Amino acid sequence: MYRYDEFDHAFVTERVAQFRAQVARRVSGELSEDEFKPLRLMNGLYLQLHAYMLRVAIPYGTLSALQLRKLAHIARSYDRGYGHFTTRQNIQYNWPKLGEVPDILAELGEVEMHAIQTSGNCIRNTTADPLAGVAADEIDDPRVYAEIIRQWSTLHPEFSFLPRKFKIAVTGAPNDRAVTRGHDIGLRMHRDDTGTPGFEVMVGGGQGRTPIMAKTIRSFLPVDHLLSYLEAILRVYNQLGRRDNIYKARIKILVQGVGVEAFAEMVEAEWRHIRDGALDLPAAERDRIAAYFAPPPYEDLSADCPALDGAIDADARFAAWVESNVHPHKRAGYAIATISLKPHGGIPGDASAAQMDAVADLSEEYGFGEIRISYKQNLILPDIPKADLHALWLALDSWGLATANAGRISDIIACPGLDYCNLANARSIPIAQRISERFADLARERAVGDLSLNISGCINACAHHHVANIGILGVDKKGTEFYQITLGGVADENAAVGAIIGPAFDEMQIADAVETIVDVYLQQRETDEPFIDTYQRIGPGPFKEKLYAPDQAR
Amino acid sequence: MPTNSIQAITANRLSDGMVVYLTAQGQWSERIRDCQSADDPGMAEALIAQARQHAESGQIVGPYLFKIARQDGHPVPLGRREIIRTTGPSVGTDLNRSKPRE
Amino acid sequence: MPLIKHGKLVEDTWHDTDDFADVQALAALGPVIVNLAVWRQHRDAILALGGTLGLRLAPGQTPDIVAADLHRFSLIALEFARFTDGRAYSQARLLRQRHGFKGELRAVGEVLRDQLTFMLRCGFDSFSVDTKRQAESILDAVAEFAHWYQPALDGAATIPALRRRAVDRGEAAAPAGCAANWAY
Repeated sequence: MYRYDEFDHAFVTERVAQFRAQVARRVSGELSEDEFKPLRLMNGLYLQLHAYMLRVAIPYGTLSALQLRKLAHIARSYDRGYGHFTTRQNIQYNWPKLGEVPDILAELGEVEMHAIQTSGNCIRNTTADPLAGVAADEIDDPRVYAEIIRQWSTLHPEFSFLPRKFKIAVTGAPNDRAVTRGHDIGLRMHRDDTGTPGFEVMVGGGQGRTPIMAKTIRSFLPVDHLLSYLEAILRVYNQLGRRDNIYKARIKILVQGVGVEAFAEMVEAEWRHIRDGALDLPAAERDRIAAYFAPPPYEDLSADCPALDGAIDADARFAAWVESNVHPHKRAGYAIATISLKPHGGIPGDASAAQMDAVADLSEEYGFGEIRISYKQNLILPDIPKADLHALWLALDSWGLATANAGRISDIIACPGLDYCNLANARSIPIAQRISERFADLARERAVGDLSLNISGCINACAHHHVANIGILGVDKKGTEFYQITLGGVADENAAVGAIIGPAFDEMQIADAVETIVDVYLQQRETDEPFIDTYQRIGPGPFKEKLYAPDQAR
Repeated sequence: MPTNSIQAITANRLSDGMVVYLTAQGQWSERIRDCQSADDPGMAEALIAQARQHAESGQIVGPYLFKIARQDGHPVPLGRREIIRTTGPSVGTDLNRSKPRE
Repeated sequence: MPLIKHGKLVEDTWHDTDDFADVQALAALGPVIVNLAVWRQHRDAILALGGTLGLRLAPGQTPDIVAADLHRFSLIALEFARFTDGRAYSQARLLRQRHGFKGELRAVGEVLRDQLTFMLRCGFDSFSVDTKRQAESILDAVAEFAHWYQPALDGAATIPALRRRAVDRGEAAAPAGCAANWAY
């Protein structure tokens, strides 16, 4: 993985010192809250419902064991012993004190991490496929490019006061595990006719109150032009994006307004001026960064693993975990293990300091000391020998980290909602807890199969409910929480926005409504047909009919 | 329905972001039972003016008026948001989630 | 208003004004900064005055629209209507890099300490601020950062450039292969 050199260290150290001075000026009264707010946001510090919240970037979702232990240490020493992993490969601490935040940032700097640009109207943490480097379908490792983008975008002099936040996602594989079309810029790697890798550039995706999937403005961009092309897009947006209305300030509204062809032409025109210049990526620099992401020293293992087969036969709970939480690795004899942070009835994405330490230890014991953070708010151990899976699972189980539900209905993405968030209109977590308890029966959840269910507590859609098979949006109606359901959203390479099924349900009805939807699916599905295929085949009618039938108590 | 014309002032403390309430003594308390209530718009106006001064001098951030009711002589917040601000996250009691840090 | 130019607090010799009786009155002011509307309406009359000229562009007024006249101005002022409105950063880079503007590039409006380094890196070289106290406090902001990733206009060596130099001198090794990385 990427390692800071003296210059990266010097940069982050300067940033910490600057923020320490800014905090001091805020406390002394030299800075007003209005002046301080954009400064703290650029260091990931929010003021939420109960306290400050610090959002720390986990660039492209890759952590070393040392870094994860540091995150645990921060949770224990400066917070209340836990952290919350988000859909965009960040971790959030919910209770830091203002005066201690510079100390936290200094501790993060020690392990080559920071909170720079995890908030504010700037280029946010660039996200990537959590299976980068280990997925069998990969063309090239997207983390190389995510790191190059991280460096280019960090404290960019021209693009630190954009009309609105700006999110970039990169995938190096045809199967999209980074929701690239849901981002302001999505980059998807392809090869051209000569086998040269390059990016399909998609612009104008986003969720919020106007969910739009990004449109392709260039089908193939050679990788050495990546930064100049991004700079052209950002320059057009910085000048023309709306600044008079926060709800119309994202690039998606600009692209929609001028039309995708006209927008693409503006970008190309700007790019013609700046391409082949200082931002060109020399092959030597790309190779330098790529060397950091060289594969770990794998052993030559057999693809067959009798020990694993035996353990699966002997233990039904382990077999179920392997079925849902273990994925194929590009190397023979290795596997990718998802550690679910979604215990039934638990808080999606939360991990205690002790659990973080335990995962760090396990990553060293059974892998190469590396941990990934997924879009689904789960942790992933990317390099586990198949023969060690059972021992790993036993250890995870003792830490409450072996829930066999990755990709299943109780693998719920939920935002913090009204329990923590200043913007929320309704609670998300208690709804997730209630729904996941309904599907705690393993056999039942397996029968339902792969199904995504996301819950956002307001229209900002942090939990990406628009692209969930079942999306739930919390709304406030005269002081009472209601929950609106959308069906048919998809977050992968066929990304699609779900459609509202009908009137909202209240807090007591929403879990029943989800069960009704699942029942309709189970009745209507053909053999092995996943939920989304059934929905696309039969449409919303049968669901609507059952949900709003007169005999349903609403 | 409780009378909903009674209001009080809340904000977050600058130093740690904790939820605080303006008291009759012009101090800020973490306990809602210490809050000064305003029974009429004139008093509410005076309290928010005082709170804004405190925001300017940097003790607290973002003061605003919210509606309360009195139950058994004690102020209780109205509305889900203010209830959660008073009691903490409603998501379980492990990991110190629902009570203020001591 | 206090002015910082080339890192020093200096006397402002320019008149930046939207308020004058007629074009002839501008002549009496000395070096004068006019806005785009005035320039467009009175271009020939202002040129006939023969004085030293500056132009003020509002956010959203791209330098492209006055490209042909840029050589007539010794100074261009770019407005920060709010410090959160970052359009002037792009205007500045376009002026310097695309249009080759060599004159004084002045930041006016909400010019705050913590934005100063961004402005410098985009090619601004003078800053009009509200108070003298503010001017003094922002002078040391420039020293906060010595390391940057992006190529920009302040002449600072970028981190990639520093790295190449270190490698050339043999002081920094290229990444030491995966074994060292994985022993993190």
